[in-house]
Amino acid sequence: MKFAIVVQGAPYSHQASLSALHFARAVLATGHEIYRVFFYNDGIYNANDLIVSPQDETDIRVEWLSLVEKYDIELITCVASSLRRGLLNETEADRYAKRGANLNTAFEISGLGQLIDAGLTADRTVTFAA
Amino acid sequence: MKRILFTQSKPPHGSINAQEGLDAILMGSAFAECAVLFQGDGLYQLLKHQQPDDLGTKNFAATFGALADYGVDQIFCTREDLLDRQLDTEELVIPMTTIRQDTICEFISTFDLVLDF
Repeated sequence: MKFAIVVQGAPYSHQASLSALHFARAVLATGHEIYRVFFYNDGIYNANDLIVSPQDETDIRVEWLSLVEKYDIELITCVASSLRRGLLNETEADRYAKRGANLNTAFEISGLGQLIDAGLTADRTVTFAA
Repeated sequence: MKRILFTQSKPPHGSINAQEGLDAILMGSAFAECAVLFQGDGLYQLLKHQQPDDLGTKNFAATFGALADYGVDQIFCTREDLLDRQLDTEELVIPMTTIRQDTICEFISTFDLVLDF
């Protein structure tokens, strides 16, 4: 079965991101497919490459990176949600003359259409909200 | 054509959920047949005469009025949610179809995709 996953909660503030990670691993481990993971609302903070995790806590940044390295799945953050929260890739940082980019390389910034497309393409859409 | 149900469940100005939910509805209308269910305190998003300027937040209630122009004219809420908040559909910025709370599961199950905000 083909799954779309929507993450709307910020890491460390809410359980949403860890639950989404656990769910994603379970989906892939049981032979199903993930069409896309879409990050919306405060969920976009999962893609912040500048996160410094406390040593005795799960490093959410590394967790998403390892998931992409192992399974080559698509992690997309909403561009409008990202910009208003200060999450930028090199292109957006240049466009808005900001001093740096902070997007985790496992992620891409794209439009809200990617959420709708994912929902309409996947057999099941599962949302992890705050 | 696939049918999407958007559920708007949060009050309008305490968080950005309502506004980002509305953005998703407008985008969804470009792809599929869309309906919106206003649930619980989400109904407050539609109150007429909102003045959020003093809060420093955007008054996006008027945008709901444009939903019909985007082909989104299936707008729902439950009679119970209206009664609980002593609201009348006349006080809301767009016309609604009211359904009964005990039919809500059946109603939701008729859609291909449900996105909750």
